Amino acid sequence: MRPQTLAEKILSRHAGRPVWAGELCVVEVDHVMVVDSIAPSVLEVLQDLRAEPRYPDRVSFVIDHAAPAVNESVAAAQRQARTYAREHGCLLFEVGRGICHQVLIEEGIVQPGKLILGSDSHSTTYGAVGAFGTGMGATDIALAAAAGRTWLKVPASLKVVLRGELGPGVGAKDLALEMIGRLGADGATYMSIEIDAGDRFSRGERMTLANLCVEAGAKAGLVLPGGEVARDYAVPEWLRPDPGAQYRATLEIDLAELSPRMSVPHQVDQVREVAGLRGRKVDQVFLGSCTNGRLEDLHAAAQVLRGRRVNPGTRLLVIPASSLVLEAAAEDGTLLTLLQAGAVLGTPGCGPCMGRHQGVLAPGEVCVSTSNRNFLGRMGSAEAEIYLASPAVAAACAVAGQIALPEDLEAVHG
Amino acid sequence: MPAARVYFKDHINTDEIIPARYLTTFEEAELAKHAMEDLDPDFVRRVRPGDVLLAGADFGCGSSREHAVWALRGAGIAAVLAPSFARIFYRNAINGGFPVFEADGLEQVFAEGDEVQLDTEHGLLRRRAGGQVQFRPLPEFAKRIAQAGGLLEYFRDQARG
Repeated sequence: MRPQTLAEKILSRHAGRPVWAGELCVVEVDHVMVVDSIAPSVLEVLQDLRAEPRYPDRVSFVIDHAAPAVNESVAAAQRQARTYAREHGCLLFEVGRGICHQVLIEEGIVQPGKLILGSDSHSTTYGAVGAFGTGMGATDIALAAAAGRTWLKVPASLKVVLRGELGPGVGAKDLALEMIGRLGADGATYMSIEIDAGDRFSRGERMTLANLCVEAGAKAGLVLPGGEVARDYAVPEWLRPDPGAQYRATLEIDLAELSPRMSVPHQVDQVREVAGLRGRKVDQVFLGSCTNGRLEDLHAAAQVLRGRRVNPGTRLLVIPASSLVLEAAAEDGTLLTLLQAGAVLGTPGCGPCMGRHQGVLAPGEVCVSTSNRNFLGRMGSAEAEIYLASPAVAAACAVAGQIALPEDLEAVHG
Repeated sequence: MPAARVYFKDHINTDEIIPARYLTTFEEAELAKHAMEDLDPDFVRRVRPGDVLLAGADFGCGSSREHAVWALRGAGIAAVLAPSFARIFYRNAINGGFPVFEADGLEQVFAEGDEVQLDTEHGLLRRRAGGQVQFRPLPEFAKRIAQAGGLLEYFRDQARG
């Protein structure tokens, strides 16, 4: 049989026949995820069809995008999702449980080799554990829930090969931004990005990498299971690309050459070295999101903030990605470090990432965010500027009140 | 005659097409009030029903919100032509029976406000004052969905068999 990429292997399993890039196929779907803001549209389509979820326990509703509700219409939409989930036996993750992608992985719903559809573009995150995750719109999601299946064109794959090791102060976010910068915003449109990271990177770091793949237009972002993921998950024997599999392109990144990176307004692929952006005044720092709101991200920020204070001219918003992250950060003292430095804590969820609540920006304001999009108007005013960065760099900016690196901060005494 | 509404910027994203702050409804007329607002506050005022939106590459990148399709259609846009589309937007458009066509060389022929005629049969966008651009036909599967009026209708037709 012709050698297959990881995407071709996973989709073949779900199509019940071997498939290769370019083929249209109908695939069985292991799980369908619906977020609060899309739920009303999904339910309308189901109602229109007079259809019900074929496998209710394979459908999750997550209330995360504007939770707790910001106004009456959002509250009504969330109630609709909640009621539907309860009445139909679907899974329901309530206000404060966390961001959909983080929750589905924490709950073990996402497993290596599975096919997961989400009503959110960052569903590529599931590739962190070797699952084919992809985002779709409300109509597709509703039909997939009703049928337990969907149609897909098998994507061509783009291979990312890593060489060397990261230097100190450089992390998975810097690598992810470098990758998007090199590929461009549509450099992987319709493709599956397959990242061969060897045994490097924790599950959380792999989530950051897979999450940002959609910012190059990718349909899926798969990190070949290795390291922590290979150890903690039951990775099926077949779940690896064949030698000789066909790739549309290969991108090589030398980790040793990387330095801290930032995406500058208003596109994720506009990637610069942080060092060259020093001095830009920062009004708000957002530490959170499905890209970088995990315990290790809070740890990285706390390490910079320990013994320091947030600049009086800057607000630091911390929104853990889930209730479990929040609990763990409370237990190990990270939360106290952040609060003592002057951070403001929000309900686990999406926060201000897409500008709906918990910290929208005023005209002229500058925000350094650990999230995934810096589009015009994304976090509020179309006259605000968003810079995307790693948690360590974001924390340094909060202390300095301007764009800065952790090494720029005055040493902490005592 | 319908006019070309021209935004030859690459990577116009769904936050620009319809900002997340307006995702509290899925009424097309309501969403239409804010279509393209952050990119061009005058967009809604200028568009007449039947106008054709011409854009740069990777149109519709970003979030999975189907509202982007609904907002444009609600605003009166009859079709979008661009060199390429982002994956989820393209899929949403096809599912909604909203015409989107890939075409190169638009910028060389069309300017804002040009009177145009969309000929889907021959795959042409014609400029009244002269000139035309050929666009790529929809894939067969997408054509069948478009003919049915959207994926929902297509599935219904199939069920009726």
